[in-house]
Amino acid sequence: MTVRKNQAALTPEEKRAFTNALLELKRTGAYDRFVTTHNGFIMSDTDSGDRVGHRSPSFLPWHRRFLLEFEAALQKVDPTVSLPYWDWTADRTSRSSLWAADFLGGTGRARDGQVMDGPFAYATGKFNVNVRVDGRAYLRRALGEGVAELPTKAEVEAVLAMPVYDMAPWNSSSNGFRNNLEGWRGANLHNRVHVWVGGQMGTGVSPNDPVFWMHHAYVDKLWAEWQARNPKSAYLPAAGTVNVVDLHDTMRPWNDVTPADMLDHRKFYTFDTEPVPAASASQR
Amino acid sequence: MNKITRRQALGTTAGALSALGIAGATAHAAAADSRASIPTGTVDEVYQGRRIQITPATTGGGHHGGHHGGGHDGLPTVRIDGRELHVMRNADGTWISVVNHYETFADPTSLARAAVRELQGAVLAPFAPMGGTA
Repeated sequence: MTVRKNQAALTPEEKRAFTNALLELKRTGAYDRFVTTHNGFIMSDTDSGDRVGHRSPSFLPWHRRFLLEFEAALQKVDPTVSLPYWDWTADRTSRSSLWAADFLGGTGRARDGQVMDGPFAYATGKFNVNVRVDGRAYLRRALGEGVAELPTKAEVEAVLAMPVYDMAPWNSSSNGFRNNLEGWRGANLHNRVHVWVGGQMGTGVSPNDPVFWMHHAYVDKLWAEWQARNPKSAYLPAAGTVNVVDLHDTMRPWNDVTPADMLDHRKFYTFDTEPVPAASASQR
Repeated sequence: MNKITRRQALGTTAGALSALGIAGATAHAAAADSRASIPTGTVDEVYQGRRIQITPATTGGGHHGGHHGGGHDGLPTVRIDGRELHVMRNADGTWISVVNHYETFADPTSLARAAVRELQGAVLAPFAPMGGTA
């Protein structure tokens, strides 16, 4: 069973295994197909039309499946790797070890935003940005420039306390847990982190920055924490909603998975903050 | 044709004014003051050296005059140096683009200017085709 760990707790060997697997997916072209898929949904998910990956209730199950596919691709390269999560309420400055040269590299240089250190710097020749919204082929960041502060623990707690998963009109103007976590309403959690990192993370091709996966692994963890705290709250809507993925509707692009299938993350992985499931504990 | 000439003239005016650092507001005023051939909401300005052109959505006439293929009827066409910027309108009336996807802007002009700042001189890529295969 895969265990997703806090990135701050990874050993140097675990960091190297993770970044090496990312570089291998980049080399084979698999990485870029994920970026293309994400941007396709970014551009087609609309508040008044069909919406699957963003600004809709299925934001959370869609990204859970998207990350599972990516994690499976990483594990084909190296079975020991899992997706780390970035708790941005705790590691909240550009001086965090997350941004060190032995992990993701740091912020971009002033002139053009180009990330100059770490395994994903353009000069290495191993991590060109191929799926892009403009002509720039290098990874860019502007940590803390688009917005000064990452969301705080208190802001997260307030959102986790919201008892209703989502509400009509099931889009970026909705109240409820999903939209406050996604960030179109309220304190703005998920969206703000994209803007804080800047560069490609602020665009539709945000998965070009490897921190995308660690950010969404944490958003995914917050969904699991919300479920644990609100055991009587269900995924909504249940059925019959136009343009929106109901509980038992399938999600594009896979068409073989529903939000109901994604509700229990423990079918697929656990977090390092959770007890080890009895089944896998007994096997050890 | 006459319309294009007039827009080009506007662009030139805005370009000259941008050197004075007052391009935005002045170009707006120029567009608003111009004759009826330029519909309300049309913008043609030079901002930080980049040409921004905004054409409002056509109303009442269907969307077969579309500038691009899919499902974005009712939206204005925003171009930066002639390249189209993918834009969307949120339910609350705010705007986002594919360049600034995770923060909202009050109107298409401020959205286009934010894209210019973000591009730092880079050229917009053509729209990516929908439907990846990952």
